[in-house]
Amino acid sequence: MSPAGPTGGERDAREPRGLNATIPMAKPEFDTPEIRKVPEIPPIRIGAMAHSQPFRAKPEHQAPLGFPGELVDDWKQVALDKMEDLLGKYRSLQVFMDACVKCGACTDKCHYYLGTADPKNMPVARQDLLRNVYRRYFTFAGRHFPKLVGAVDLTEDVVEDWYRYYHQCSECRRCSVYCPYGIDTAEITMAGREILDAIGVGQKYSNEIIGKVFKIGNNLGLPEPALKDTLEGLEEEVEEDIEVSVRFPLDEQGADVLLVTPSADFFAEPHVDGLIGYAKVFHQAGISWTLSSHASEAANFGLFIGSYDNMQKVAMRIREAALDLGVKRIVVGECGHAWRVAYSFWNTLVGPFDFLDPDYPVPQHVCEFTFDLMKRGALRLDPSANDDKVVTFHDSCNVSRASRMGDTPGGQFVIPRELIKGACNHFVDMAPGTTHEATYCCGGGGGLLTDDLVELRVKGALPRVQALSQVIEDHGVTHMAAICAICKSQFSKVLPYYGLDMDMIISVHQLVGDALVFDGH
Amino acid sequence: MILTAVFAALFYAATAILVIGVAMRVVRYARVPAPLVIPTTPAPTTRLGVAARMAREVVYFESLFKGNKWTWLFGWMFHFAMLLVLLRHLRYVTEPVWSWVAAMQWLGLYAAFAMVVGLAGLWARRVFVDRVRYISAPSDHLMLALLMGIVLSGLAMKYLWHTDVVALKAFMLGIINFDFKPLPADPALIVHLSLVIGLMVIFPFSKLLHAPGVFFSPTRNMRDDPRERRHVARWADGRRT
Repeated sequence: MSPAGPTGGERDAREPRGLNATIPMAKPEFDTPEIRKVPEIPPIRIGAMAHSQPFRAKPEHQAPLGFPGELVDDWKQVALDKMEDLLGKYRSLQVFMDACVKCGACTDKCHYYLGTADPKNMPVARQDLLRNVYRRYFTFAGRHFPKLVGAVDLTEDVVEDWYRYYHQCSECRRCSVYCPYGIDTAEITMAGREILDAIGVGQKYSNEIIGKVFKIGNNLGLPEPALKDTLEGLEEEVEEDIEVSVRFPLDEQGADVLLVTPSADFFAEPHVDGLIGYAKVFHQAGISWTLSSHASEAANFGLFIGSYDNMQKVAMRIREAALDLGVKRIVVGECGHAWRVAYSFWNTLVGPFDFLDPDYPVPQHVCEFTFDLMKRGALRLDPSANDDKVVTFHDSCNVSRASRMGDTPGGQFVIPRELIKGACNHFVDMAPGTTHEATYCCGGGGGLLTDDLVELRVKGALPRVQALSQVIEDHGVTHMAAICAICKSQFSKVLPYYGLDMDMIISVHQLVGDALVFDGH
Repeated sequence: MILTAVFAALFYAATAILVIGVAMRVVRYARVPAPLVIPTTPAPTTRLGVAARMAREVVYFESLFKGNKWTWLFGWMFHFAMLLVLLRHLRYVTEPVWSWVAAMQWLGLYAAFAMVVGLAGLWARRVFVDRVRYISAPSDHLMLALLMGIVLSGLAMKYLWHTDVVALKAFMLGIINFDFKPLPADPALIVHLSLVIGLMVIFPFSKLLHAPGVFFSPTRNMRDDPRERRHVARWADGRRT
């Protein structure tokens, strides 16, 4: 790999700044990593990404989430108190702080390490940023023999490192697959971000978005009238396209299904083609459904910042919408982390959902929903409609390693692939070790999908792009399907850096929608 | 006589620190709740499935096998050999010696060499692989040195400077039965026992907590059934706003 960016001339970008600094200097230029025939594990390059950090939240971004607006005076004590609080609330954090033996099995598993070679992007080193402080203040060995065990005092520099490197982790859990103790760096990153938020050092991107959900109902800040307009526009567009009046209902009382989908599906490319796909499936199956303006967002960035309270508050809107609209089922659109929160946490956070139809899983992934219809023969699919494509599938991290679809473990891998195969004739998988539970993150998850981190995003996409390039070369792959709004946005942005077409990335339900045969066609 | 008294006292103290120290950590791990369902998926959906996953993890280090074949090879070799060596040592604290312990003495001896190979391999990785070197603290090297010292001093007693194992056994049984017998004053034995006592003492304060810790790892011991079973931690119950 050509070392990612020069080091010598960039010193200015790395000068330490005060904790109250709000505007990090963006690194203007960087080199896109080179795609190698055989992927390599780069030798470590200390400080290679020390200049990378996202914009900091302003007081107005912090307040709605209940966080202090700027660095609190006694930040050190507040941080340690918060750490103690979290150690007593999360078994994961407590056990993971103690159990690591530094075996190194995780060191070459993170896409950000592979793409940047910065050793602090090795999962264990990222954990150590917190663990070294834990040891200093909470363990006998670290209190009395800090040098021996690598324990460090909590200083401004440490907090700066937390801010930088806990925003170079997409919480994808790939490292946790390979750890002999199941240590999940995502849990550590979330704790790190929680501590940072507690002392007033928040990340603008995630916290501003959560505020928008509280205020308006979705990440984009798309108000109800605009949403209504958008959906009407889609109805016209689809009718023009296939001469069938497919509906995109909003706030319809008494519909059977409430569809909760990431708001990117309403307007972003290629997401919106996925939404059209869902609508066509509902139409052909004859199942009444509705979107909700109150819960017009499946994404839940409360997960990214590790905040139980904010995650619960965001999720609550969906429960409220389901009750208000009197639906029988909730279906969740294509979105990775949203599905993790929905599948794994909704029942805990805002359940029980005993008011919904017990014959269906709560919640149900739109892929489960469509697959069920497909199996029952309720859909007419003509896969030759997609004969212009050779498709591969990108397993999204949160779907793969933090949730499930269907009745059996691993259903999250089978069901989307079955949908693709049912909707197109040419499907190939990428190399083993880059798919299923070993899938690489797109490089933009976990609250990092922001332009102030574009270098990180491009470099973090390297392992996935490498595997994709291989199937392009070997099998003539033309498209990569995904079931995550973040993956879709991220790839649209970063593929061109690698000389690939941004239109390669598509929704699984776009394939399904295009293959559906309606009467008279 | 003083030697015997000192080592008897050290053994009691070390045992107390080990047992109480680990028990306190285990109680802590058990008390801190796991508020959200976070198994690394695909994960088993039943208790039995979780038990099987945990067994695979503990018996053959399934995740490490996926992660790094060399580390797995050396790590597994070291741990399994240590188990055999510990079982072999039962003959010093049981009277009469259980027949299967007597029968596996030769195996335990070979295992000691496997421990050396395993430890050397792990140490080599720590020194020569740049990524692993970066994450190593002095204590990580010292831990390997301690274990290596224990194994080598043990082997030295077998092959270089024979120790009076009959007298040693009398000493060990004496400690267990509070009927004290003299400890042989062989240097290799003193080194061996001192290092073992050291290991027992640091166990609850070090990364050796990975041994009890693995059983409490939520990504490994939780069932994948959040849709079917509502999971709420004590501190989170009734928080809904």
